[in-house]
Amino acid sequence: MMRPARSSSARILIAQFSVAQVLIAQVLVALLAGAVFGLGLSLSGMLDPARVRGFLDVAGAWDPSLAFVLGGAVAVASAAMLLRRHLRRPAFDAEFHLPATTPIDTRLILGSAIFGAGWGMAGLCPGPALAALSLGLAPVALFVTAMLAGMVIHDRLAAPQPGGSQS
Amino acid sequence: MSAYWPSLMGGTLIGLSAGMLLLLNGRVAGISGILGRLAQGRQMPTNAAFVIGLMLGPLFYRLWSGAWPSVTITASLPVITIAGLLVGFGSRMGSGCTSGHGVVGLARLSPRSLAAVASFLAAGVATVTLMRLVSP
Repeated sequence: MMRPARSSSARILIAQFSVAQVLIAQVLVALLAGAVFGLGLSLSGMLDPARVRGFLDVAGAWDPSLAFVLGGAVAVASAAMLLRRHLRRPAFDAEFHLPATTPIDTRLILGSAIFGAGWGMAGLCPGPALAALSLGLAPVALFVTAMLAGMVIHDRLAAPQPGGSQS
Repeated sequence: MSAYWPSLMGGTLIGLSAGMLLLLNGRVAGISGILGRLAQGRQMPTNAAFVIGLMLGPLFYRLWSGAWPSVTITASLPVITIAGLLVGFGSRMGSGCTSGHGVVGLARLSPRSLAAVASFLAAGVATVTLMRLVSP
Protein backbone atom coordinates (compact mmCIF):
# COMPACT_ATOMS: atom_id res chain seq x y z
CA MET A 1 0.00 0.00 0.00
CA MET A 2 2.77 2.40 0.97
CA ARG A 3 5.34 1.29 -1.59
CA PRO A 4 4.17 3.03 -4.81
CA ALA A 5 3.39 6.20 -2.82
CA ARG A 6 6.89 6.17 -1.35
CA SER A 7 8.73 6.26 -4.67
CA SER A 8 6.42 8.85 -6.23
CA SER A 9 6.56 11.12 -3.18
CA ALA A 10 10.34 10.80 -3.18
CA ARG A 11 10.32 12.05 -6.76
CA ILE A 12 8.07 14.98 -5.80
CA LEU A 13 10.43 15.83 -2.95
CA ILE A 14 13.45 15.87 -5.25
CA ALA A 15 11.57 17.80 -7.94
CA GLN A 16 10.61 20.63 -5.57
CA PHE A 17 13.72 21.04 -3.42
CA SER A 18 17.39 20.27 -3.65
CA VAL A 19 18.87 17.63 -1.33
CA ALA A 20 20.73 20.38 0.55
CA GLN A 21 17.54 22.40 1.09
CA VAL A 22 15.74 19.36 2.48
CA LEU A 23 18.66 18.59 4.83
CA ILE A 24 18.73 22.21 6.09
CA ALA A 25 14.98 22.03 6.76
CA GLN A 26 15.42 18.72 8.63
CA VAL A 27 18.26 20.13 10.74
CA LEU A 28 16.24 23.24 11.65
CA VAL A 29 13.21 21.10 12.58
CA ALA A 30 15.42 18.83 14.72
CA LEU A 31 17.02 21.85 16.46
CA LEU A 32 13.62 23.41 17.19
CA ALA A 33 12.08 20.10 18.29
CA GLY A 34 15.06 19.53 20.60
CA ALA A 35 14.74 23.01 22.12
CA VAL A 36 10.98 22.62 22.68
CA PHE A 37 11.62 19.20 24.24
CA GLY A 38 14.33 20.63 26.52
CA LEU A 39 12.14 23.58 27.51
CA GLY A 40 9.29 21.19 28.24
CA LEU A 41 11.54 19.02 30.42
CA SER A 42 12.76 22.12 32.30
CA LEU A 43 9.22 23.41 32.89
CA SER A 44 7.83 20.01 33.87
CA GLY A 45 10.23 19.29 36.72
CA MET A 46 11.43 16.14 34.95
CA LEU A 47 14.97 17.59 34.91
CA ASP A 48 15.13 17.18 38.68
CA PRO A 49 16.25 13.66 39.71
CA ALA A 50 14.80 14.19 43.21
CA ARG A 51 11.31 14.68 41.73
CA VAL A 52 11.66 11.76 39.34
CA ARG A 53 12.63 9.52 42.26
CA GLY A 54 9.72 11.00 44.24
CA PHE A 55 7.41 9.86 41.42
CA LEU A 56 8.84 6.33 41.56
CA ASP A 57 8.59 6.25 45.37
CA VAL A 58 4.97 5.06 45.37
CA ALA A 59 5.30 3.46 48.81
CA GLY A 60 6.80 6.62 50.34
CA ALA A 61 6.15 10.35 49.86
CA TRP A 62 4.73 9.92 46.35
CA ASP A 63 4.98 12.93 44.02
CA PRO A 64 2.40 12.38 41.24
CA SER A 65 3.49 15.38 39.12
CA LEU A 66 5.32 13.33 36.49
CA ALA A 67 2.10 11.49 35.67
CA PHE A 68 0.85 14.90 34.45
CA VAL A 69 4.01 15.31 32.34
CA LEU A 70 3.50 11.91 30.70
CA GLY A 71 -0.27 12.46 30.35
CA GLY A 72 0.18 15.86 28.66
CA ALA A 73 2.93 14.57 26.38
CA VAL A 74 1.03 11.44 25.30
CA ALA A 75 -2.19 13.42 24.68
CA VAL A 76 -0.48 15.88 22.32
CA ALA A 77 1.64 13.18 20.65
CA SER A 78 -1.53 11.10 20.10
CA ALA A 79 -3.07 13.99 18.15
CA ALA A 80 0.03 14.04 15.92
CA MET A 81 -0.26 10.27 15.47
CA LEU A 82 -3.89 10.63 14.34
CA LEU A 83 -2.93 13.43 11.95
CA ARG A 84 -0.15 11.25 10.53
CA ARG A 85 -2.70 8.72 9.26
CA HIS A 86 -3.98 11.32 6.81
CA LEU A 87 -0.53 12.17 5.46
CA ARG A 88 1.28 10.21 2.79
CA ARG A 89 4.68 11.40 3.96
CA PRO A 90 6.21 13.90 6.41
CA ALA A 91 6.92 17.45 5.18
CA PHE A 92 10.68 17.00 4.79
CA ASP A 93 11.23 13.32 4.04
CA ALA A 94 9.98 10.75 1.56
CA GLU A 95 8.53 8.46 4.23
CA PHE A 96 7.79 8.08 7.92
CA HIS A 97 10.52 6.24 9.83
CA LEU A 98 8.58 4.31 12.44
CA PRO A 99 9.91 1.23 14.23
CA ALA A 100 8.68 -2.03 12.75
CA THR A 101 6.10 -3.87 14.80
CA THR A 102 7.89 -6.84 16.29
CA PRO A 103 6.71 -9.22 19.03
CA ILE A 104 7.29 -8.48 22.70
CA ASP A 105 10.47 -10.40 23.53
CA THR A 106 12.93 -10.97 26.37
CA ARG A 107 15.28 -8.24 25.11
CA LEU A 108 12.51 -5.63 25.33
CA ILE A 109 11.40 -6.60 28.83
CA LEU A 110 14.88 -7.28 30.27
CA GLY A 111 16.42 -4.20 28.62
CA SER A 112 13.61 -1.97 29.89
CA ALA A 113 13.97 -3.44 33.40
CA ILE A 114 17.75 -2.72 33.36
CA PHE A 115 16.98 0.80 32.14
CA GLY A 116 14.35 1.22 34.88
CA ALA A 117 16.77 0.12 37.60
CA GLY A 118 19.32 2.74 36.49
CA TRP A 119 16.57 5.37 36.16
CA GLY A 120 15.45 4.66 39.73
CA MET A 121 19.01 4.71 41.12
CA ALA A 122 19.93 8.16 39.81
CA GLY A 123 16.56 9.66 38.86
CA LEU A 124 17.96 10.47 35.42
CA CYS A 125 17.04 9.16 31.98
CA PRO A 126 18.61 10.10 28.61
CA GLY A 127 16.54 13.23 27.75
CA PRO A 128 16.76 15.04 31.10
CA ALA A 129 20.42 14.01 31.52
CA LEU A 130 21.41 15.57 28.17
CA ALA A 131 19.36 18.72 28.80
CA ALA A 132 20.76 19.10 32.33
CA LEU A 133 24.30 19.13 30.90
CA SER A 134 23.69 22.87 30.28
CA LEU A 135 23.73 23.50 34.03
CA GLY A 136 27.38 22.40 34.19
CA LEU A 137 27.01 19.94 37.06
CA ALA A 138 29.76 17.30 37.37
CA PRO A 139 27.47 14.39 38.44
CA VAL A 140 25.31 14.95 35.34
CA ALA A 141 28.39 14.90 33.09
CA LEU A 142 29.51 11.68 34.79
CA PHE A 143 26.07 10.13 34.26
CA VAL A 144 26.04 11.04 30.55
CA THR A 145 29.56 9.64 30.08
CA ALA A 146 28.58 6.37 31.80
CA MET A 147 25.34 6.24 29.76
CA LEU A 148 27.25 6.59 26.48
CA ALA A 149 29.66 3.89 27.66
CA GLY A 150 26.68 1.64 28.47
CA MET A 151 25.31 2.18 24.94
CA VAL A 152 28.67 1.37 23.34
CA ILE A 153 29.11 -1.71 25.57
CA HIS A 154 25.67 -2.92 24.50
CA ASP A 155 26.32 -2.34 20.81
CA ARG A 156 29.69 -4.12 20.99
CA LEU A 157 28.73 -7.07 23.18
CA ALA A 158 24.99 -7.55 23.24
CA ALA A 159 23.62 -6.12 19.99
CA PRO A 160 20.92 -8.24 18.33
CA GLN A 161 21.26 -9.73 14.84
CA PRO A 162 21.07 -7.13 12.01
CA GLY A 163 17.58 -5.72 11.50
CA GLY A 164 16.87 -4.67 15.09
CA SER A 165 15.11 -1.33 15.39
CA GLN A 166 15.73 1.48 17.82
CA SER A 167 12.98 3.93 18.72
CA MET B 1 -4.14 20.93 41.36
CA SER B 2 -2.45 24.22 40.44
CA ALA B 3 0.87 22.72 41.57
CA TYR B 4 0.67 20.37 38.59
CA TRP B 5 0.14 23.03 35.89
CA PRO B 6 3.86 23.39 35.07
CA SER B 7 4.11 19.61 34.77
CA LEU B 8 1.13 19.46 32.42
CA MET B 9 2.42 22.43 30.37
CA GLY B 10 5.90 20.88 30.21
CA GLY B 11 4.40 17.58 29.10
CA THR B 12 2.40 19.40 26.42
CA LEU B 13 5.61 20.93 25.05
CA ILE B 14 7.28 17.48 25.02
CA GLY B 15 4.29 16.09 23.07
CA LEU B 16 4.46 19.08 20.69
CA SER B 17 8.15 18.39 20.07
CA ALA B 18 7.45 14.70 19.36
CA GLY B 19 4.57 15.64 17.02
CA MET B 20 6.69 18.20 15.18
CA LEU B 21 9.54 15.74 14.64
CA LEU B 22 7.14 13.07 13.40
CA LEU B 23 5.00 15.18 11.04
CA LEU B 24 7.84 17.30 9.62
CA ASN B 25 10.85 14.97 9.63
CA GLY B 26 9.07 11.61 9.89
CA ARG B 27 11.21 10.66 12.89
CA VAL B 28 10.44 9.28 16.34
CA ALA B 29 11.49 11.56 19.24
CA GLY B 30 13.24 8.82 21.18
CA ILE B 31 16.24 10.28 22.96
CA SER B 32 18.11 7.00 23.48
CA GLY B 33 17.61 6.18 19.80
CA ILE B 34 18.78 9.64 18.70
CA LEU B 35 21.82 9.43 20.99
CA GLY B 36 22.56 5.85 19.95
CA ARG B 37 22.49 6.77 16.25
CA LEU B 38 24.68 9.79 16.99
CA ALA B 39 27.19 7.53 18.79
CA GLN B 40 27.18 5.23 15.73
CA GLY B 41 27.68 8.20 13.39
CA ARG B 42 24.30 7.74 11.68
CA GLN B 43 22.25 10.75 10.48
CA MET B 44 24.73 13.02 12.19
CA PRO B 45 23.36 16.49 11.20
CA THR B 46 19.79 15.99 12.40
CA ASN B 47 20.63 13.93 15.50
CA ALA B 48 23.33 16.41 16.57
CA ALA B 49 20.92 19.32 15.96
CA PHE B 50 18.28 17.68 18.17
CA VAL B 51 20.77 17.10 21.02
CA ILE B 52 22.05 20.71 20.76
CA GLY B 53 18.45 21.94 20.85
CA LEU B 54 17.74 19.74 23.88
CA MET B 55 20.66 21.35 25.72
CA LEU B 56 19.43 24.83 24.73
CA GLY B 57 16.05 24.08 26.37
CA PRO B 58 17.15 24.87 29.95
CA LEU B 59 18.79 28.09 28.69
CA PHE B 60 15.48 29.24 27.17
CA TYR B 61 13.80 28.32 30.45
CA ARG B 62 16.39 30.47 32.27
CA LEU B 63 15.74 33.43 29.94
CA TRP B 64 11.98 33.08 30.33
CA SER B 65 11.65 32.40 34.07
CA GLY B 66 14.82 34.04 35.37
CA ALA B 67 16.01 30.92 37.19
CA TRP B 68 17.63 27.63 36.23
CA PRO B 69 15.43 24.54 36.54
CA SER B 70 16.27 22.76 39.78
CA VAL B 71 18.46 19.66 39.54
CA THR B 72 18.92 17.93 42.90
CA ILE B 73 21.23 14.92 42.81
CA THR B 74 21.55 12.94 46.04
CA ALA B 75 23.16 9.77 44.64
CA SER B 76 26.90 9.20 45.24
CA LEU B 77 29.30 9.24 42.27
CA PRO B 78 29.70 5.41 42.16
CA VAL B 79 25.90 5.04 42.16
CA ILE B 80 25.64 7.68 39.39
CA THR B 81 28.20 5.76 37.31
CA ILE B 82 26.44 2.40 37.69
CA ALA B 83 23.07 4.06 37.01
CA GLY B 84 24.42 5.67 33.82
CA LEU B 85 25.81 2.35 32.57
CA LEU B 86 22.48 0.60 33.26
CA VAL B 87 20.45 3.37 31.59
CA GLY B 88 22.66 3.36 28.48
CA PHE B 89 22.83 -0.44 28.19
CA GLY B 90 19.17 -1.04 29.04
CA SER B 91 17.76 1.63 26.73
CA ARG B 92 19.67 0.12 23.78
CA MET B 93 18.69 -3.46 24.68
CA GLY B 94 15.05 -2.48 25.17
CA SER B 95 15.02 -0.29 22.01
CA GLY B 96 13.93 2.87 23.81
CA CYS B 97 13.50 4.89 26.96
CA THR B 98 10.97 7.19 28.63
CA SER B 99 10.58 9.28 25.45
CA GLY B 100 10.55 6.68 22.67
CA HIS B 101 8.43 4.09 24.50
CA GLY B 102 6.84 6.35 27.12
CA VAL B 103 5.67 9.25 24.94
CA VAL B 104 5.73 8.22 21.26
CA GLY B 105 5.12 4.49 21.81
CA LEU B 106 2.13 5.01 24.11
CA ALA B 107 0.73 7.64 21.72
CA ARG B 108 0.95 5.02 18.94
CA LEU B 109 -0.76 2.47 21.24
CA SER B 110 2.18 0.14 20.60
CA PRO B 111 1.87 -3.08 22.64
CA ARG B 112 5.69 -3.32 22.73
CA SER B 113 5.98 0.17 24.22
CA LEU B 114 3.23 -0.53 26.75
CA ALA B 115 5.16 -3.63 27.88
CA ALA B 116 8.43 -1.65 28.00
CA VAL B 117 6.84 1.16 30.07
CA ALA B 118 5.35 -1.39 32.50
CA SER B 119 8.76 -3.04 32.82
CA PHE B 120 10.83 0.12 33.43
CA LEU B 121 8.24 1.64 35.77
CA ALA B 122 8.13 -1.56 37.84
CA ALA B 123 11.95 -1.74 37.93
CA GLY B 124 12.21 1.96 38.81
CA VAL B 125 9.66 1.70 41.62
CA ALA B 126 11.34 -1.45 42.98
CA THR B 127 14.79 0.17 42.88
CA VAL B 128 13.71 3.38 44.64
CA THR B 129 11.77 1.43 47.27
CA LEU B 130 14.67 -0.96 47.91
CA MET B 131 17.20 1.87 48.17
CA ARG B 132 14.98 3.70 50.66
CA LEU B 133 14.60 0.55 52.76
CA VAL B 134 18.35 -0.15 52.75
CA SER B 135 19.42 3.41 53.59
CA PRO B 136 16.42 5.51 54.70
